[in-house]
Amino acid sequence: MIKTSFTLAGITFQNRVFVASGTYGYGDDCIGLADVDALGGIITKSLSMKPRDGNPPTRIVETASGMLNSIGLANIGVHKFVADKLPLLSTLSTKIIANIAASTIEEYCHVLEVLEPEKQVAGFEINVSCPNVKEGGLSFGTNCSLTAEITRRLRKLTKKPLIIKLTPNVTHVSEFARAVEAEGADAVSVMNTLIGMAVDLRTQKPALSTVTGGLSGPAVKPIALAKVYETARAIRIPVFGIGGIVTARDALEFLVVGAAAVQVGTANFVDPSAGMAIAKGIEEYCKEHGVEDVSTLIGSLQVKSDLSVLQSWL
Amino acid sequence: MRTDHYRVTSVQLLADNIFLLGFVAPFIAENVRPGQFINLRTTYASEPLLRRPFSVCSVHDDTVSIIFNAIGKGTELLCRKKPGDLLDVLGPLGVPFSIDGNQFDTAILVAGGLGIAPLPITQMHLKRMGKSVQCFIGTRTKESLPGLGLENLHVATDNGSEGFHGNVVDLLMHIVPSFSGERVKLFGCGPTPMLKALASFALERNIPCEVSLEGPMACGFGICQGCPVELNGSEKKYALMCKEGPTFDIRRVIF
Repeated sequence: MIKTSFTLAGITFQNRVFVASGTYGYGDDCIGLADVDALGGIITKSLSMKPRDGNPPTRIVETASGMLNSIGLANIGVHKFVADKLPLLSTLSTKIIANIAASTIEEYCHVLEVLEPEKQVAGFEINVSCPNVKEGGLSFGTNCSLTAEITRRLRKLTKKPLIIKLTPNVTHVSEFARAVEAEGADAVSVMNTLIGMAVDLRTQKPALSTVTGGLSGPAVKPIALAKVYETARAIRIPVFGIGGIVTARDALEFLVVGAAAVQVGTANFVDPSAGMAIAKGIEEYCKEHGVEDVSTLIGSLQVKSDLSVLQSWL
Repeated sequence: MRTDHYRVTSVQLLADNIFLLGFVAPFIAENVRPGQFINLRTTYASEPLLRRPFSVCSVHDDTVSIIFNAIGKGTELLCRKKPGDLLDVLGPLGVPFSIDGNQFDTAILVAGGLGIAPLPITQMHLKRMGKSVQCFIGTRTKESLPGLGLENLHVATDNGSEGFHGNVVDLLMHIVPSFSGERVKLFGCGPTPMLKALASFALERNIPCEVSLEGPMACGFGICQGCPVELNGSEKKYALMCKEGPTFDIRRVIF
């Protein structure tokens, strides 16, 4: 029996594969389409105090092995989430992590306070890194002292797992990771999308209504691996690795560079069962390689040049 | 809706770069309604990454067909599929045209270009319900008009090489007076400018009208929130094209 579970701030998750915020709705849309109970957890679409309409069309465009999005945090608002979605989610055995986005520090606190008493909410992931909204979003996530301040304020309001989702759109993501660790965060998620852009040459217009958007998908995986590697070496708290994970092999690479768990994002749009297949694939890898506990893979990177790389490339 | 892998049975060139692709999909064949769509992977590799949405065109026994113009990375791959190839398909998706009930006797189906896609299945269901069906198609030229077995067909071409010389809504204006006295409903599918013209035509004459919209989408069932359609009125600002559409009553949307 391979040990796949792990514990974060007193909450045990059955495995290390999660679905990333904004890529699985509130979880309910996928019940019946995929075996959501086989996931380590579902991280909800970002919730704000009031409902948000989101950005005008066009919100998404495909790019080389990836996509740009500019959804703009469209969501039903935290109260409607509690009233309409949580009862359904309580029938699931997988853990629900509520992602919170806000325009002010006070709003982050209020949303968390609404969710804190709900026992179906196992923990919180804080989005300080959305590139697609005018207020809040990146203006928090690219300011280290504001990111630390948000963490400090929220830490006082909950003992549940508190995960801060960081942006790669800074010089050193590890500085931000150290700052939130110091303020008592239980984990960080690395990374949110990279700012990107696409142009329609025919019309000479930007492909997205907001001109720039967030790049995700297999195209960003090498960048994400480097950001996770940088972060995991800088802090003691766990890192959720995110960025272009499609297969179990991708997920295992993130564990090897130091991620304690992974989040599957864009791949869900193509295959809502991608996360379950990855969780299964990690177990199979462990069986084949005599690994008894997935945790032994974390940070197992052997940093020295090796010509065998050539073989896997060819 | 569900995801499954289905076998391609045929890929046929119907008209200028326009293909009809059939695959055996009993679940979709049994459940799909007119105006609904499927979202399929054109490759198992990561490029192109996203699924591609297509209206279901027709259903014969267990075989479901889609029609497409081979103009992009995904459709280039699709037109080279061979009988026996596997297709990863999610569907059926979306809200179908409202054809039930007793609000109309004659359905007028109006399509521009590849907007012809949902017409065969819609015609089939309407006829089964005993409705009278008229089809209006606008294309660029005679060569870009796919033959799909539509009945009571009125054609308009931009260059006059077949049927009426002009656009399909102008053609409609010429012919619709002959339906006065009948209870008519319009169903439209095609490029946005054509749908706009159709919508004003319908609103001016107070004829009920539904349109099927198209636009970029990733997941096809609501989790990516990528396909907003602006709504008319105060209900909320946007609906999702994939989940609350792609068919909409023209009075409900701003497009």
